[in-house]
Amino acid sequence: MAEFKIVHYLNQFFGQVGDEDQADLPPQQKKEAVGPGVALNNALGDRAEIVKTIITGDDYFNENKAEAREKIKEFLQEDEVDLIVAGPAFNAGRYGMACGGVAEIADELNLPFVGGIYPENPGYEMYKKFGYFIETGDSVGSMRQGIADIVDFINHYIETDGKPGAPEESGYLPRGIRKNYFREERGARRAVDMLVKKIKGKEFETEYPMPSFDRVEPKPAVENLADSLVAVVTTGGIVPKGNPDKIEASSASKFGKYKLNGVQDLTDEEFETAHGGYDPVYANQDPDRVLPVDVMRDLEKEGKIGKLHEYYYATVGNGTSVANAKAFGKAIGEELARDGVQAVILTST
Amino acid sequence: MKLDLERIEVDRVVFGQENSFADGVLTIDKEDLLENIRHDHRITSLEAEIVHPGEKVRIMPVKDVVEPRIKVDKNGMFPGFIGKESQAGAGKTRVFSGTAVVTTGNVVGFQEGIIDMSGPGADYTPFSQTINVVLTCEVEEGTEEHIHEEILRILGLKAADYIAEIGLDVEPDKTESFDFKSIAQARNENNDLPLVGYIYMLQSQGLLHDTYVYGVDAKEILPTLISPAKVMDGAIVSGNCVSACDKNSTYLHQNNPVIEELYQRDGQDYNFVATIITNENVTLGDKERSSTMVAEMAESLGLDAVIINEEGFGNPDTDLILNCKKLEQKGIKTVLITDEYAGRDGSSQSLADAAVEADAVVTSGNANEVIELPAMERVIGHDRYADNIAGGFEGSLQEDGSIRVELQAITGSTDQMGYTKLSAKGY
Repeated sequence: MAEFKIVHYLNQFFGQVGDEDQADLPPQQKKEAVGPGVALNNALGDRAEIVKTIITGDDYFNENKAEAREKIKEFLQEDEVDLIVAGPAFNAGRYGMACGGVAEIADELNLPFVGGIYPENPGYEMYKKFGYFIETGDSVGSMRQGIADIVDFINHYIETDGKPGAPEESGYLPRGIRKNYFREERGARRAVDMLVKKIKGKEFETEYPMPSFDRVEPKPAVENLADSLVAVVTTGGIVPKGNPDKIEASSASKFGKYKLNGVQDLTDEEFETAHGGYDPVYANQDPDRVLPVDVMRDLEKEGKIGKLHEYYYATVGNGTSVANAKAFGKAIGEELARDGVQAVILTST
Repeated sequence: MKLDLERIEVDRVVFGQENSFADGVLTIDKEDLLENIRHDHRITSLEAEIVHPGEKVRIMPVKDVVEPRIKVDKNGMFPGFIGKESQAGAGKTRVFSGTAVVTTGNVVGFQEGIIDMSGPGADYTPFSQTINVVLTCEVEEGTEEHIHEEILRILGLKAADYIAEIGLDVEPDKTESFDFKSIAQARNENNDLPLVGYIYMLQSQGLLHDTYVYGVDAKEILPTLISPAKVMDGAIVSGNCVSACDKNSTYLHQNNPVIEELYQRDGQDYNFVATIITNENVTLGDKERSSTMVAEMAESLGLDAVIINEEGFGNPDTDLILNCKKLEQKGIKTVLITDEYAGRDGSSQSLADAAVEADAVVTSGNANEVIELPAMERVIGHDRYADNIAGGFEGSLQEDGSIRVELQAITGSTDQMGYTKLSAKGY
């Protein structure tokens, strides 16, 4: 038995249980290599060994996420495991999402993950940060090469003691993770070098490839404000005095939800800002300056809006990562929609 | 625009009976220093300490860092605050190299930094390498934040000026000469070389995010040309409390690395002919106007390529990208310097804005990355702010005095003028 133990994840098809008719198969395990795992095992030789194969129907995984994950987690925790391998999933969407889901489980268990995938498979984009994905072709025709590349990577992973280095040198797809290190020259010199190359039309390599940017189209104006339930949400950090949820002054990891029942006006006795990105004096003197509850109450009385929602949401938008901001926005939006809110005023600073 | 920087190399700084400099040792009369720089009646206490690289000392929260520089004819440093504008940017400037004035105290609030003189944190701040005269200044309770900021800002400048004056009688160790040419001169001498400029973005979001040019609040300026020699003579002063990692302390303005590095290859690979300062105001109208003016100014000067660096992050990312886009659309090539806020795990989008035109970017690292700073033997200032400063979080300050923070909290760690070697890459 090789010392390095691998658990392999496959769907019902590659796990040789059945076709679409078995797509709702709950997770099962076999204490051996199956299907593509056999070739993988042979190529790994004495270095590593597949000790278990977990097989799940693609529909089951995607439609019963919680149960599927729970079961797979259980299987993974039964014995000692050094690495989880999944797929290759090629360009099969549901299979790719399942492999990605397994990467996330592996990450939760602090286990390394290697998957084979076609770069346009949505499972890669969604789950790339949780493991190492090796590029394969889009169909099963690229199985042989895919297995060979996965084996190469596993060997490299073992040789480097789990520190495979940068994606381009080590044969895995970028995980979208930025890591700090010290370069040879200071930034200003590198900028001048890059500038000279760019002027001369020579090849240069940007240190930060720009992402394609997620732009949100504004919705059309609310038609009947006088009948609408309106909420206020702020990234300006207005919180009840004492900042009960301890929202960070910068790089917020959470948002807060606070009652506005009976509140006519945000006073300096009851509210303050937790935001660390601006002079807080004026916001603390009168928190309505950032979250205009007083004006909203006036509008309510005047009949300009139907009603002010009984809760407001607040976080701090200071150095807060886009990923966190996106997650807060989604969670707040879902709650507001559930509560029947029809319009939201967002205030920043 | 000729300027001689006359450098005196300093090995040690000590307090003593009388101001003097001999054999690499700078002696400062502490009482006289404190008496001379105590410029405001609202200052309630003022203390000075000296720390050298390698000492087990933590300084926090750091407000500003200033290099002791003075004009040899005594007038002109920090124009608009101390010196006369007309005398800055020419002649001779005397510098105590390797020294800095650091201001601290119960400062303002959220966005001051940490300087560790040794240990892992020391690798990330340029000011672990300088001999620091640290001023701990407290002000009357009830002093408004912006007044507090101003008191400390002026204090730092006055102290730097006071200390530098000791150097007037000293023979400098070496002289660096800068001769910034006009476009006409450059064309005469090296007509075949491209014209290169520097787009120097100044933090000006307001509410303690202010930078001063000749004493003028940069919020109020329109983009304009500035002499790089005047920048070396303190024409740009930091008055802001943006996150410590990427705010340009006054020291970094005085030692602007982009200006220094562009000058290095001037006349060889290009002619470095223009430094354009611009601001980072908060309204879209301001952003559009400033970026349009930057692009038009660069175009009318005939620039072929520029380096652009921003200060701060988030909101100013928009200014950076607008500048880049509008310049590239005019056919002017750009290289950007920025840092990143990619989240603690490095997986988030790094900037709040992006553009396909920004194809040449230098990064000075992910400011969200977390670092453990072990306890030090001594803290100058107050470490109780660790949980509240930008980059800190609940539990940052541990019981044993160690601190777990994002690099964001370390002074100058991801400086966007490219002063340091920290960078990031994708995995």
